[in-house]
Amino acid sequence: MVLRELQMKSNSSSFTREIIIKPKTGWQIINWKELKEYKDLIYFLVLRDVTSLYKQTVLGFSWAILRPFIKMVIFSVVFGGLAKIPSDGIPYPLFVYAGLVPWEYFSTSLTKSTGSLITGVGIYTKVYFPRLILPIVPCIAILVDFAIALSIVFILMLYYGYALSITILYLPILMILMILFTTGLGIWLSALAIQYRDVTHGVQFLVQILMYAAPVIYPISWLPESYRIYLAIYPMYGVIEGFRAALLGQNAMPWDIIGMGAISAFVMLISGAYYFKRKERIFADVA
Amino acid sequence: MNDTIIKVDNLSKRYRIGVQDVIHDSLIASIFSWVKSPISNFRRVQKLSKFNGEDGQDIIWALKDISFNVKKGEIIGIIGRNGAGKSTLLKILSRIVEPTDGQASVYGRVASLLEIGTGFHRELSGRENIYLNGTILGMTKNEIKENFDEIVEFSEIGKFLDTPVKRYSSGMYVRLAFAVAAHLNPEILIVDEVLAVGDAAFQKKCLGKMSETAKSGRTVLFVSHNMHTIQDLCDRTILLEDGKVALDGDTSEVIKHYLQPEMMKTGESDLTDDFRSRKSPGKLRAKAIRILDKNNEICSTYEINDPINIELDITNVNDNGFAVSFLIFNQQGALVYHIRSQDGNIITKNLGSAATIRMTIPRLNIIQGRYSVDVWLGNHLDLLEDHVESTISFEVVNRGHSKVPLRSIIHETGKWQIIKN
Repeated sequence: MVLRELQMKSNSSSFTREIIIKPKTGWQIINWKELKEYKDLIYFLVLRDVTSLYKQTVLGFSWAILRPFIKMVIFSVVFGGLAKIPSDGIPYPLFVYAGLVPWEYFSTSLTKSTGSLITGVGIYTKVYFPRLILPIVPCIAILVDFAIALSIVFILMLYYGYALSITILYLPILMILMILFTTGLGIWLSALAIQYRDVTHGVQFLVQILMYAAPVIYPISWLPESYRIYLAIYPMYGVIEGFRAALLGQNAMPWDIIGMGAISAFVMLISGAYYFKRKERIFADVA
Repeated sequence: MNDTIIKVDNLSKRYRIGVQDVIHDSLIASIFSWVKSPISNFRRVQKLSKFNGEDGQDIIWALKDISFNVKKGEIIGIIGRNGAGKSTLLKILSRIVEPTDGQASVYGRVASLLEIGTGFHRELSGRENIYLNGTILGMTKNEIKENFDEIVEFSEIGKFLDTPVKRYSSGMYVRLAFAVAAHLNPEILIVDEVLAVGDAAFQKKCLGKMSETAKSGRTVLFVSHNMHTIQDLCDRTILLEDGKVALDGDTSEVIKHYLQPEMMKTGESDLTDDFRSRKSPGKLRAKAIRILDKNNEICSTYEINDPINIELDITNVNDNGFAVSFLIFNQQGALVYHIRSQDGNIITKNLGSAATIRMTIPRLNIIQGRYSVDVWLGNHLDLLEDHVESTISFEVVNRGHSKVPLRSIIHETGKWQIIKN
């Protein structure tokens, strides 16, 4: 065992590679291997985000529950109670909370990811590492909040007398789709925001528009059938409706919408990564 | 045998510095420009990353055609005045910024230390920050784990290991940050002026660790303004001037050349626009500088106790006035005098378009040696307009006086009396 460790150590130190530093033009390929080499850095940056978020707060991680919970109460009063928005026969608080869990993940991660190159300026102007790590890190770190918020759904389900159905096994697929789309959009916006700071100011409106575009406070059955096909290209549309279907098992899984969303999430992620790589070389200069 | 570890070929780096905003003199003009400002702002922001061939006035070349090779195990000092391109060079070799032209080949794992404590998070504990900072600097989790106890011991923070670093004193913070950095184990180490922090004892400890690292066969590139450190650590030194390699060779030779710019004039000096090491973001210009003796005659040699007059011709003066500073350095690069017109209650308003000012030091009180003068010109708001380094030099000699000890810079005879016998 010790011998093997020693061997690995000597391997890593004798491994020398040539790095050519020169001006790059045009599109760059994404060096996945290098990203993997920096997995420890990703790990500690995620850990930093997770542990520092609720430091010096009284309520600590309870905030991860409180934020969607308070929103649930407000939305239930305003949209469910006053505006009488239908909820497919599901109690409105449960209905809106099941939608808020993925939504809160999306909006929080997106905002943090967009600003990641601006808040991380002190790091990447001093040390080299694949910059792509920075917008990705919040999308991983917020998963902790997501998991905590998700656990409350089950308590609410218990309260309203909903049993777990087998459809809950679809949840991981929806989560992957949610993470991919959030990361893709975050990468795009972070690369734009570092040069055009307007993006950081604009993103809060974008998040608001995207919330009303997603079926957070209303069911998709509420919208005319003809809208569905257009909104389907927006992955959170399928993700949120899918979350409800998977958790509450009342509606059928909208696979057509989820499939459409998956395609656009992939397009968003790949195009974002390439745009980011193209812009990467100027980050330290314009920051 | 080819043991070149860094190969730099015609490396150049161009920066665009922001052009000064136009100031409007009428309400209509400012409203008009406000309305169309999104368009001009967009162009300006876009221009940050685009260069259209022509060298506008807002473009500077931080590095221009730098070439050199570094052999494995060499410890190289990089010196030069502020703005000579030292940091830019290190940033390119660390892959933080991309060169505009040319290329550099690096064979091996590079760790760069342009700052200590990069990525430290105030809310996290010392322990958490060691791991965070270590991985940011390029160590793996296992490497940090192996060195963890040594890092803690080196940092002398002891029982505060689990305290958030925001509660640390600045000294503790620096010690912890350096302790992590000192345990980096790359093939090539790139270090910017990071030792200028911490107390003297800890600085010494860091230097010891640094030279230990260097002696163990690692290649080190080291930027510093401290010539003693450079002399101690480096065998070879590269002198950068205005983004070019001015000299590359044996450390003592290069330092000697750097500290005694022979081309520096004495007595009187015309400061042309292309004067070396000049930064002129504003309109105001220092035109000529003279050093005069007590009879108002141009002179380049002074006695220790002599008065000295420095005269400066300034052009492009506007009616708002200006501020002048003279900075007098000795041969070792220590700032001996920093004399500012703001402290001298002269009124510089409404002088017309050109002015000549004179500053008198009634008694020099500095030991024998050669001194150089930097000129700093600011506008009425004390913002930099024109900064010229090493404009002129003068000599201080010790003729008639008793033997002056050479250990201090200031020579003061003091006023002595016996109050008890």
